[in-house]
Amino acid sequence: MSARSEARERAALLAPALLLLGAAVVAPIVRLVMLSLERTGSGPGLPSTFAGLAMHVRLWQDGRWWDALAHTLVFTGSSVGLEMVLGIAFALLLDRPFAGRRWARALVLVPWALPTAVMALAWGWIFNDSFGVLNDVLGRIGLVSGPVAWLGRPGTAMVAMVVADVWKTTPFVALVVLAGLQGIPRSVIDAARIDGASPPAVLWHVVLPLVRPACLVALAFRAAQAFGAFDLPYVLTGGGPGGATETVSLYAYRSFYRYLDFGYAAAIAVQGAALALLLFALVLWLSRRAGVDA
Amino acid sequence: MSGRADAGRRAAGLLAGLGTLLMLAWSLAPAVWQALTAVKPDAQITRVPTVYLPHPVVWTHVVDLWTRKPFGTYLTNSFVVSAWATLLSVACGALAAAALVRMHGPRRDALLLALLGVSLFPPILLLFPLYEGVRALGWINHAIALIVPYAALNLPLAVWVIESGLRAIPRELDDAARLDGARALDRLWHVQLPLAAPSLATAATLVFIFCWNEFMLALTFMTRDANKTVTAGIASVSGVSFYQIPWGQLSAAILLATLPLVVIVLAFEGRIVSGLTRGAINE
Repeated sequence: MSARSEARERAALLAPALLLLGAAVVAPIVRLVMLSLERTGSGPGLPSTFAGLAMHVRLWQDGRWWDALAHTLVFTGSSVGLEMVLGIAFALLLDRPFAGRRWARALVLVPWALPTAVMALAWGWIFNDSFGVLNDVLGRIGLVSGPVAWLGRPGTAMVAMVVADVWKTTPFVALVVLAGLQGIPRSVIDAARIDGASPPAVLWHVVLPLVRPACLVALAFRAAQAFGAFDLPYVLTGGGPGGATETVSLYAYRSFYRYLDFGYAAAIAVQGAALALLLFALVLWLSRRAGVDA
Repeated sequence: MSGRADAGRRAAGLLAGLGTLLMLAWSLAPAVWQALTAVKPDAQITRVPTVYLPHPVVWTHVVDLWTRKPFGTYLTNSFVVSAWATLLSVACGALAAAALVRMHGPRRDALLLALLGVSLFPPILLLFPLYEGVRALGWINHAIALIVPYAALNLPLAVWVIESGLRAIPRELDDAARLDGARALDRLWHVQLPLAAPSLATAATLVFIFCWNEFMLALTFMTRDANKTVTAGIASVSGVSFYQIPWGQLSAAILLATLPLVVIVLAFEGRIVSGLTRGAINE
């Protein structure tokens, strides 16, 4: 078969996928960027006008945008940080041979598969101030003296969000790291043992450096995803109390559907997505640099 | 072997066992608590101090769910949307993967990386323009408004998983069929896909889960109760005051919406793990 007909064949195979992505991803992104260059008419029926970068500049003077960005960064940093620590611990536990390990691995995976929006309601019930089980448990062991209004105070509402997110996404980190652990040749660890290294030393100096690539992949993906969080704040806290847990995605959503400020909403979404990609690239770049130094 | 090293090993084993138990408790507790609430009589749900185990176990919440909210409709909608989107995504993904697996060098890498980029975008980026498009096409409250974007958003994952499945097939098989004059689609259908069937199943499992769980687009594109998927349908309950929520019914709803996923995880755990980690570890 000639090279040319092979190339034609390949193009035909790629066509449906490219068409789908073009229609549902590429075209919308182009449209969104164009929308972000418009000033939306200030009433129904009033035309939108081209505004250049005015909507993007407006972000700089918008305190609510900076607040949303700060909440998003706090949320991303704390939840992804905790997920990495817990995820690596889970992976180490699941790497040990024990009876029923396959079942344990399946059960640990369950939170990852459940819908965030639905489980956010479940967490709302757990964190409920009057009837929530968390307050009851903490009260019984004497950690709190009265019911805590978890979702009613800015700091604790953020804690609730982080807990729900850590619960849901730790399995992803754990499984990626576990795959990395299982790729380590047994002989490497045995050699270190024979050389007289203690188990903690083997873990710290041999095992963890070898799974670092897997950890970084998990970290980069999780950071980008957490930065775009929408379902969890929308359902669990509604961005409250008083906007204290409003994320960038939620602010963009509200600017569009509640304030009908389409051009500005588009600018928020564009800037948010750019920052998410930047965060992803930054994590990869930092990790690659650290890899060279080591 | 000295007794001290033995004792040390036993202590480490005990510690790991304890850690494993804690890990399982943490992973299951919120879901179990929801299940307990779903079968608890109303008076016990709102009793202080908390009643942990329901007595007696009641099924009224599950029954009420069917009469008060069109819950069965939500489940059906979710199933229809997720099944079609999975089919579309895996079909387009398999074709693209068949092309990519025969490519080499920087162009192939660039295509795979571009796909990866797509899966990193926060979904809010696509929401507004997709909403405009869906409205212009008159697709609001039609399943296709969700099927097409879901298929597209999960396409990168499908391509990555299926491509790595195809790559494991010896190239000679494809070359032999090619020399026999078999066309691309015939080779894909009769030679490659049967051999890569596990990767197709893996991709389908993952895509189905993601479609079932999607919330933002479903919330926005499906405004009529009769067309909502289960995530949007349940979460719209929280629109009213948090204190008026019928927690028993809501817990039953959460239980029923998550049960299919628990079954999928327990049945296909190995596939999900291999699919989630293959793409991540290879590159």
